[in-house]
Amino acid sequence: MATSLERVLHQAKNENRAALIGYIPAGFPTVEGCKRAIDVLIDSGFDAVEIGYPYSDPVMDGPIIQEAADQALRNGVKAKDVLATLHHATERGAAAVVMTYWNPIEQFGVDEFAEAIAQAGGSGVITPDLSFEQAQPWNESAARAGINTIYVVAPSTTDERLRKVTGITSGFIYAASLMGVTGTRTSVSHSAQELVARIRQVSDLPVAVGLGVSTPEQAREVATYADGVIIGSALIKELLGKDFDKGLLGLQELALSLAAATKSANREVRGVQ
Amino acid sequence: MTATVDTGLFGPYGGRYVPEALIAALDELAQMHQELKNDQSFAAELSHLHKTYSGRPSILTEAHRFADYCGGARILLKREDLNHTGSHKINNVLGQALMTKRMGKKRVIAETGAGQHGVASATAAALLGLECVVYMGEEDTKRQALNVARMRLLGATVVPVTAGSRTLKDAINEAMRDWVTNVETTHYILGTVAGPHPFPVMVRDFHRIIGDEARAQVLELTGALPTAVLACVGGGSNAIGIFYPFIDDKSVRLIGLEAGGDGLETGRHASAISGGRPGVLHGARSYMLQDEDGQTIESHSISAGLDYPGVGPEHAHLYDIGRAEYWSITDKEAMEAFSLLCRTEGIIPAIETAHALAGAIKLGKELGPKATLLINLSGRGDKDVQTAAEYFGMV
Ligand SMILES: Cc1ncc(COP(=O)(O)O)c(C=O)c1O
Repeated sequence: MATSLERVLHQAKNENRAALIGYIPAGFPTVEGCKRAIDVLIDSGFDAVEIGYPYSDPVMDGPIIQEAADQALRNGVKAKDVLATLHHATERGAAAVVMTYWNPIEQFGVDEFAEAIAQAGGSGVITPDLSFEQAQPWNESAARAGINTIYVVAPSTTDERLRKVTGITSGFIYAASLMGVTGTRTSVSHSAQELVARIRQVSDLPVAVGLGVSTPEQAREVATYADGVIIGSALIKELLGKDFDKGLLGLQELALSLAAATKSANREVRGVQ
Repeated sequence: MTATVDTGLFGPYGGRYVPEALIAALDELAQMHQELKNDQSFAAELSHLHKTYSGRPSILTEAHRFADYCGGARILLKREDLNHTGSHKINNVLGQALMTKRMGKKRVIAETGAGQHGVASATAAALLGLECVVYMGEEDTKRQALNVARMRLLGATVVPVTAGSRTLKDAINEAMRDWVTNVETTHYILGTVAGPHPFPVMVRDFHRIIGDEARAQVLELTGALPTAVLACVGGGSNAIGIFYPFIDDKSVRLIGLEAGGDGLETGRHASAISGGRPGVLHGARSYMLQDEDGQTIESHSISAGLDYPGVGPEHAHLYDIGRAEYWSITDKEAMEAFSLLCRTEGIIPAIETAHALAGAIKLGKELGPKATLLINLSGRGDKDVQTAAEYFGMV
């Protein structure tokens, strides 16, 4: 059976547009605050949300997500809060996944974690530090639970390895736009488009581009060639160090313009084709 | 020919848990490490540096007066403290710096806790004309201010890391982030036998010279193998370096001494094996300090170089299969041993190393005069004079 994520991506494809995917760590700025931020994203037209599992040693993340995760951990966020946040998003009817470093899964229990994600209505898990060589136990547990295994590929990933990694991926392929960590950037690296083209040579799965996509202009640009646009740090920046209600308004404004930009992009470009 | 890159597993430990962006660089490194094993010119180049620059082979010193406090056991010190830059760290750094040259990269980065690995990296970078950036937890830049100055004198840039616990683990996180971003031009000289494959095997191979030399030296001096080999364990590089050539000598006990901080029972320690459980940290599975969710717990030790919540995967495996033992030594026990070596032998050891000496005192008392204990004197204590003087109320 298809996951909600797969259905949403399929629908976006039928509508000839890219899906818009937002990332926010559970427990940031608080457990309840995060749920309200997720509501804002869903109501503004985001197609799917990634719930981050805050982790003590986030080597893939730049200063913004580090700070947000740190704040969540200082608030005492636990595995149950991550799952409750996921459940909140899926109850609201959104397609939702969890993005987490590997150790929290291993400590929760690999089978148990996959099952808990499915129970909360989650579509899958993005595992940015689970290398292909170490992935088999997780892939088996996820398959049993019927959830997607979403892996990240990078500009440095060789064609041979792209074939392997996309071979164990489901839902969508997460294309890291550049060599680096999460954060806002002033432009989207040209390596993103090249990477998406290389992925298309070896896989029919939807491809979503993330890392550094920050503004509506960048989202529109990525939406011309990718099946999904992933926004993380830019959303979090709206809430970081701000009065929560004011932050939410800023988040809503950004979210609406990102949604408008993403949806307008493909119509223009593919309409011409 | 496409090399089959082995996965770097020690039983269930090791492997690679890293962002995909690093895989290509790790593959390149693993392949080069394999090729260089049979490369005479590389071996000759490294061996020349050992002889003419860092001062190898390091000598073996018999500690007669210190032995009186170890139940009369024979105490042999492998003097890595006499290496250029003052610790075993230079063995690994020279090897990786030469590899950096061969890869055609011009910039190296390193993490450092006590500052010894940072100093060694800055030194090798100066020698070979490489740009060098060292990440160091802000807390450690204070504890080891002298080494920060040494690195800067050597031309390196020292970046204080203010994230998390501001110690070694956070310095490693920051070095990994730099590496992910600059991997095309930059080599990450990881300073211990932790991290993703091939670091644990590669760093071990650069340090096994300690054990190879020591084994021959002990045999020549005593006509027999030692009863036990002891070394302090932070990430575990000096320990695996001296243990490795003895692994097949089943009669020889291998004992790693972890930092016990205020004591295992207080929870304020850095004993990943004696006080932790398996998990994934910094790219590999091993023992580590973590809460029930798998969040890393901050470690505590008077010794910056041992103040790390993880340990190399090969140690985890040696522990599980019962080939090596790991004991926990408190700050207090380590400082007593530190003071004792100063006063009985005229050698000021690194506080890291003092943990191994404290282990020898315990084991010697247990085994008595028939035992011969080989201890890796991994570093000298110049960098720790301030900390020790404060500890003993001398300033
Ligand atoms: C003198 C000395 N010994 C030991 C260590 C601990 O490292 P490892 O366990 O990798 O030998 C350090 C680390 O800084 C050190 O400086």
